[in-house]
Order: sequence, then C-alpha cells, then structure tokens
Amino acid sequence: MTAEGKLGVLKSIEAHSLSCIRGGRLVFRDVGFRVEAGRTLSLEGPNGAGKSSLLRMIAGFLAPAAGVLVLQSDGAEISDGEERGHFIGWLGHHDAAKPQLTPRETLRFFADLYGVSGDIDGALVEVGLSRASDLPCQYLSAGQKKRLSLARLKLSNRALWLLDEPLAALDTAGKSLAAQFISSHVASGGIAIVATHEALGIDAARLALA
Amino acid sequence: MASIFEFANPKRFMNLSGAVLPWLAAVSALAIVIGLYLGFTAPPDYQQGETVKIMFIHVPAAWVAMMCYGLMAVASLLGLVNRHPLADVAAKTAAPLGAVFTALALITGSLWGKPMWGAYWVWDARLTSFLLLLFLYLGYIALWNAIEDETRAARAAAILALVGVVNLPIIEFSVDWWNTLHQGESIIRSGGPLIAGVFLWPLGLMAVGYTTLFFTLWMIRIRTEIIERRIRALQLGIA
Amino acid sequence: MNLFSAILFRDMRLATRAGGSAALALAFFAAVATLVPLGVGSDLHLLARIAGGILWIAAVLAALLSLDRLFQSDFEDGSLDLIALSPLSLESMSFAKIAAHWLTTGLPLTLLSPLLGVLFGLPLQAYGPLMFSLAIGTPAVSAIGAIGASLTLSIRRGGLILPFIVLPLLAPAVIFGSGAVLAALDGLSNGAFWLLGAFSLVAVLLAPFASAAAVRLNLAG
Repeated sequence: MTAEGKLGVLKSIEAHSLSCIRGGRLVFRDVGFRVEAGRTLSLEGPNGAGKSSLLRMIAGFLAPAAGVLVLQSDGAEISDGEERGHFIGWLGHHDAAKPQLTPRETLRFFADLYGVSGDIDGALVEVGLSRASDLPCQYLSAGQKKRLSLARLKLSNRALWLLDEPLAALDTAGKSLAAQFISSHVASGGIAIVATHEALGIDAARLALA
Repeated sequence: MASIFEFANPKRFMNLSGAVLPWLAAVSALAIVIGLYLGFTAPPDYQQGETVKIMFIHVPAAWVAMMCYGLMAVASLLGLVNRHPLADVAAKTAAPLGAVFTALALITGSLWGKPMWGAYWVWDARLTSFLLLLFLYLGYIALWNAIEDETRAARAAAILALVGVVNLPIIEFSVDWWNTLHQGESIIRSGGPLIAGVFLWPLGLMAVGYTTLFFTLWMIRIRTEIIERRIRALQLGIA
Repeated sequence: MNLFSAILFRDMRLATRAGGSAALALAFFAAVATLVPLGVGSDLHLLARIAGGILWIAAVLAALLSLDRLFQSDFEDGSLDLIALSPLSLESMSFAKIAAHWLTTGLPLTLLSPLLGVLFGLPLQAYGPLMFSLAIGTPAVSAIGAIGASLTLSIRRGGLILPFIVLPLLAPAVIFGSGAVLAALDGLSNGAFWLLGAFSLVAVLLAPFASAAAVRLNLAG
C-alpha cells in the first residue's frame, strides 16, 4: 500500500486554485483540497462538472490551466504530473479488458507492467472471478469486467487511488466489494479520491464541483 | 530588451501587422509588376525561346513553397516548446498558402516541361519531390481538420510538421537517387537549365515579390484567425 | 518478465489471436500481389521488372492496414491510461509496439515474399535481395506508421487519414527497397541496402519519441 523505494511513504495530496480548460471551455476554477494518508475524498457534482477532468489532472494526464497540485511523501514533494503518476492506481470509466485476453492474462499483464509480483489466483478469487478466470473477456459481463478492474487496482500496489464511477455496472455484492476494497486501502495508509454519483457507504470527505 | 515574443502577443501583433501590411503589399505588387515587365521584355533564350520565361513564375513559387514549410516547422516548434498560441495560429495559416504555392510550382513546372521535354509530366526529380511536398502539406491540413479539439490539433499537427521537416531532405535525396537510377544519363538536369545573367534581375525581383506576397497573405490569414477566435471566445462567454 | 516484454508479448498475442491483424496483413499482401498481373498482363519479363516495386508497395499497404489500431484500441478502452501510469516510459511503450507490429506484419510479409516472387517470375538472384530489403525496410514502415497512428489515435475514422499522412514519409523506403531488387535484377550494386538500412535505423530510433509525444498530448483529452 505504500510507494516503494526512494519515493518514500505517501503522506498527503494537496491542491490549490486548480482551474481546468478543455476544448476552449472553462470546466472548473479555484478548486482546492487536501487529503491525508488514510482518508478518502469523494468528488460530487452533476455531469460535466469536471469530476473526470479533475481526476485526470491529479493523475498527471492533463495540465492545470492554473493552480498547483502537490504530492507529499516523506521522501519528497512532488509537483510534476508525470512523476505523480508513479504513485497512482487508476480505475477509469473503461475497463481496459481486451476481448481476446482472459482475466488471468489481463492481471498477469498488468502485474508485469507495474512490476508487482502479486497472487493472481488469490486476486481472482477475491473478486469472484475464479470460475471465469480463463474465459476471454469478451464473454464477461460489464459487472465482471469492473470486478476485474478492482482486482487489477488492488494488485498494482499503488498508494493514491483515483476511481471514476467505481460502482457503475456493479450489482449490490459488487458495490460492497468495491467499498470494502477502498476502506481497507485507506485503512492501510493509502489515499482514495473517488468520483461517484452513488453513495459509497464509507466515511469520506466531500468536494462538490460546480 | 525587446524580444520577438513581445510582438507575438496578439494585441501587439494586431497593431504591428496592421501598420506593416499596406507597405508589404505595396512592395509585393511593385516587385512582381516590375519583375514581370523586365522578364517578359528580356530577349528570348537561345535554347528555349520564350518558354523559358515561365521560370519567372515557376522558380519563385518553388522557393516560397519550400520556405513556407520551413517557417511552418519553426512555428510548430515554438508552439510545442513555448506553448505560444500565436505560433499555432501561424503554423495553421501557413499550410494552405504553402500548398497553393506548391501546386503553382507543379503546374507551371509541368507547363514548362511540355516544350522542354515533350510531355507534361516526366517524373523528374525536382517536380516529383514537389509532388510529395504537396502531399505533406495536404496531410498536415487534413490532420488539423480531423481533430476536433483545437489545442490537440495544434500539437498533433506540430509534431507532424517537425517529422515532415526532418524527413523532407531525406525524401528529396531519395527521389534524386531514384531519378538517376531509373533514367541514368539524362539531359534533364535536376536544377533545370542554367540561368543567363539577363534573367537574374527579373528573377530576383519576382523572388522578392513572391516572398513579400507570401508574408502579406500570411499576415492577413493570421489576423483573420485571431479575430475568428475572439468571436468564438465571446460566443462561448469566456473572453 | 520485464515491462518492455510485457507490452511486446501482449501486443503480439493480440495481433495473432482471432480477430487480430497478422493474418489480415498476409492475406492482403497476397491479394494485392495476385491482382497486379491481372491488371497489367502476364508478360513475365515485365512482371519481373516491376516485382520489386509492386511487392514493396503491397507490403507497405498491408502493414498500414493494422496501424490505425496500434494505439487507438488501447486509447479507447482505457489501457493507455494505465500504461502511462506504469513505470514503463511512453517512449519504451512505443518502441515495444513498433517491435510487436513488425514482428506480426513486416516479418511474416518478408517470409511470404519469395512465394509471391514466383508469381512474378523473379529470377533466382533477386530472391535474396527481395527478402533482405523487406526485412530491413519494413521496420521503417512500422516505425513511421506508428507516428501516424499515435497522431490520429483520437480521430474516429483515423484509419482514413493515416495512410495519407504516412505514405509520403515512406517514399524513401519504397524507393530504396525496390531499388535494391532492381539492382539485383541487373546484376549491379547501387548502395540501396545501406541507404535503406540507415533510413530504417533512424526511423526506428526517432519514432518512439515522436509517438510518445503524440500519445501524451492525446492523454490530456
């Protein structure tokens, strides 16, 4: 749950006066927050308010039009977008599950890519995909693919989790699985920032956009 | 100490270009008129007769076509490195001009070729390179038009322009190589016929005229684009 | 398994599974090569002379077929976001994708080419040069194609504009590649292999940087 090596343990993430311009349109301005290790932040707001944009900004994909984002670890203070990326576990709108690959192959790929040696079988069991583990992902339902994404997220061993609508496509059991994953992640000292329409059911600070 | 970037600020640019434009246009018109007059009253070439005078229209067009791509690449680099919005506008507006001058060079080159070589198109190295240059311009314009987000389009096109400018000398070299491979000994020199002294003055004037014409048109296009963007910004309510 | 290999093997796996592009490229290559004699007549002397050029053009077009999806499929399903956040640099990722593309299109095309050479009545001394020119020239096609693919990855019908952008940039490869075969036919040496090799080397070394820059600008979207 902590970033490895020279980067040290993640302590907090802070934002000041963030503004976002996309396609010539001002999406949000003057957004600020601070989240410490062990806490969750829930992003709320209507469609188009910029929740996804803010998450992409934190991830370092999108440069802010104004303002700063600072990641504090006990090793250093990081304000560069690409460096920040090494702390981030991402769960986006799309499930990144190739139709031709099986869940096992998908998790194996991401584990290799992120340089983690996790227990793939255990992860599959944990999200309830052990029976579908060798079926090409094209045969999985949307809910199953979301569970696969959750397994992938947990396996990636990153300190700062950014989740964009993690509850979408999940059934009740899946939703409580997601909530439980997030809770145990922050309980071990991680940070979670979640954009969601639905209530997570966990203790979280709230930031409303627009 | 003033840097060129001060003039690149849109408001300053609009003021400066507004003042310079009439003069530039006047120089261009003058140079072209005098150049054409001198050119067409000069004695005919002993080898090619009157047809060599197409060069007064062809050669400057070719020169501007090449220069334009270079300027586009420089503007693209500035746009990528300095994120200067005016640089993106400059690159975007230069491309259609470059394409037109390239097409002009190709058409006049082809017309010149008919009396010289007997056919409208003989795949000589020069013109073939220009044909590929035209495709590079069109590809660049197509990329700008295909990407919806203006900033993304600017950056993608900038990368393409830089890749193109690096590749351009290689393309020219390879076309030259290809030409010698397939035609061996040829009376077609890749530079065209030697230019007699009496033609140099008109040619020089036409080069000046075309270059100033290019900058005039470019400036007008940039101004137009800036105004269009201002209108769009006002419409979206964020100006 | 290291990060680079993870991308390399995954992309190769995707290209060779059902619905992947490797078989498609081979089929297209063979189809074009078969159509040409139907279009120009069966005069073997003529066919032998144009074989180098035709096979090179067919190889370029076949390789282009799958290029538009090179980055686009990862972009559309969110994989590109995840890869960008991994320890692997975007430049290395691009290089891995170029390598995977070559291994699943350029290389198989090279291996199939002698068979098509027979259809064109290529004399014996030209087969080696044909294969060699394709082997060292198709990496340039994958590399420069990857630049075009990364620039157009966000365009819905990006596949239409991609060849338009990439083909002029590939002119040197086609020229040197087919020139090498022609030289073999005439029993000459014309330095084509050196030129082609140099072009491919430069393309393969520089393309990952241009592609990574293009991917970065699209991630912001």
